[in-house]
Amino acid sequence: MRQVDRRTKVSRRVFLRGSATAVPAAAVAAAGVSIGPEAVWAQEAKNLKPHTMATLVLMARDIYPHDRLADVYYVQAVAGYDAKAGQDAAVQKMVEEGVAQLDAAAQQHHKSTYLVVAWEDDRVALLKGVEHGALFQKMRGDLLVSLYNNKEIWPKFGYEGASADKGGYINRGFNDIDWLPQA
Amino acid sequence: MATFDLNDDSVVCIVGSGAGGGTLGNELAQKGIKVVILEAGGRHEIPDFINDEWASFTQLAWKDMRTTSGSWRVAHDFPNLPAWIVKSVGGSTVHWAGASLRFQEYEFKARSTYGSLAGASLLDWPITLAEMEPWYAKAEDKMGTTGTNGIPRLPGNNNYKVLEAGARKLGYKEVHTGNMSINSQPRDGRGACQQIGFCFQGCKSGGKWSTLYTEIPKGEATGNLEVRPNAMALQIEHNAQGKVTGVVYVDADGKQQSQKARAVAVAGNSLESPRLLLNSTSAMFPQGLANSSGQVGRNYMRHTTGSVYAVFDKPVHMYRGTTMAGIVRDEARNDPKRGFVGGYELETLSLGLPFTAAFLNPGAWGRSFTSALDDYPNMAGLWIVGEDMSREQNRVTLDPKVKDANGMPVASVHFDDHENDEKMRNHAYRQGAAIYEAVGAVRTFPTPPYPSTHNLGTNRMSANARDGVVNKWGQTHDVKNLFVSDGSQFTSGAACNPTLTIVALAIRQADAMAGMMSRKEI
Repeated sequence: MRQVDRRTKVSRRVFLRGSATAVPAAAVAAAGVSIGPEAVWAQEAKNLKPHTMATLVLMARDIYPHDRLADVYYVQAVAGYDAKAGQDAAVQKMVEEGVAQLDAAAQQHHKSTYLVVAWEDDRVALLKGVEHGALFQKMRGDLLVSLYNNKEIWPKFGYEGASADKGGYINRGFNDIDWLPQA
Repeated sequence: MATFDLNDDSVVCIVGSGAGGGTLGNELAQKGIKVVILEAGGRHEIPDFINDEWASFTQLAWKDMRTTSGSWRVAHDFPNLPAWIVKSVGGSTVHWAGASLRFQEYEFKARSTYGSLAGASLLDWPITLAEMEPWYAKAEDKMGTTGTNGIPRLPGNNNYKVLEAGARKLGYKEVHTGNMSINSQPRDGRGACQQIGFCFQGCKSGGKWSTLYTEIPKGEATGNLEVRPNAMALQIEHNAQGKVTGVVYVDADGKQQSQKARAVAVAGNSLESPRLLLNSTSAMFPQGLANSSGQVGRNYMRHTTGSVYAVFDKPVHMYRGTTMAGIVRDEARNDPKRGFVGGYELETLSLGLPFTAAFLNPGAWGRSFTSALDDYPNMAGLWIVGEDMSREQNRVTLDPKVKDANGMPVASVHFDDHENDEKMRNHAYRQGAAIYEAVGAVRTFPTPPYPSTHNLGTNRMSANARDGVVNKWGQTHDVKNLFVSDGSQFTSGAACNPTLTIVALAIRQADAMAGMMSRKEI
């Protein structure tokens, strides 16, 4: 069977400068990036606090955790909230308050912010406490598109995307399954 | 291409250009009858189609506001998207999968076969399979349906091969790659299927039948058909005698226009068609047009659907090739011993990664959900198409508050599953999972119904005027020059994809309308 190459590919050398969204995520993933308020992409937020941006990224990973995805894809998926917060004060308030609420719960249970609660299970328990809130609901819905519609992640899930431009699959493995028991 | 004057009252005006409207328009044009089709959407041709689920959805889907209520999960997960249908020339034949199945004889006789089910409003069709057979044959020939007219079936893709192997292990007998209106070899000026996938996003090869590039250009070539895109019908007008006289619509420039007509055929799919009739109120018809029975909008059906996805320890790549690549028909029979009446088909279905994320289990998050997506390449999938029981309270009404950009009340869709629907769906979930487990599935997912693609029954056909909206010709009981030409005519839904029946009814209706015109009845 023809398999899909899931390795991260970097077609040209890109430096980690400027907005994370302007840089091909594959390049950033290859270079390595971490979640934290000190990160370049978090420091560059104009309308949300760096701590808030970093928390959004970890929330995104905890909502839709994929160990095969580097942090940069989650950074990309939530990067738009900074611009939206600049355009709409209600969004800014909703995001900052949502993160503050999550941190308050983290302080209560773990005496730390959400960002440094070490175990995913513990963070998920905190998320369950806010899953009907505005920020969580907004993020869960938005991420379905902002994360899974990022074409750069498709090969990592073995999904090949558009095929008409390649002549379809008629000569590219539409019926190449080779492991089924004979009927 | 013809253009007709707004005041030309010799034309037949059809609202909608999909399976019903597009076919009716061409059939009438071929008979020398002048036709204007008003299509709410734009004209997107084959080169415009996009192999990208969300981008294509943005291009083609009907996204205008609708509201929902009822216990169906769609009302919770997709409150403003009760239906996944198309707003574009060609209507939902742009996005349909191509499955073209005939009703079985008993499926035209739901009330006599299933009896009087509590909480259902079952009714027999005023037509039989025997009456429909010649029209089905014409439709299959027109559409190039595989497995008919000597047309070979399509080759099975990986997703089909998994379904077939599992189904055979379970002892199912009627398992094949379906009766598909997708060319398995060049036919009618269109090429053969290239196994592109993305059947729901518009067929880039043109191998799949769609009115967009078959009926409509053929009709236009006669000089008798004009298709007006971006023309949103608002109201149907009538005269003092109670005959319809034309359709008021908003054109591409946002200007209100009125197309005069000799007869009007409504084919806007089962949500918009009743909405248009209900919005066409007047002193003479205070409940809306053709609604003296109060049945317009009622008996909304959407098939008892659902999906089963399964993960294996080896790759499948379900997305490669035709989306609906094969079928198991053994459960499509009426066998009340299973605990429900009516039957269901199991048909392969695949979604790309973005839509799998959106539809596998709407609202879900966390590792249980994401671990399923991690196994996306090892996933196979099928879709359940079962007969649902019509119910009076499952209906399309006008939303009392919400209006569209033209100030018209939007369609509000209420749906509650009948107990029979739930029993059937659960049976199908079990059988679907068993098929996959028989060939080594390590995990299966009973996926809830998507926003409805098969919308049926809201202007149903009835022998008696008090039971429905149209007669056996799709002619409204109340207004003799007003017709319904889409799936909203369906008296019952049967266990099969509706398009072939919509097309067969449209061919038959064109014949009937031409006869009525030559006899000066309309």
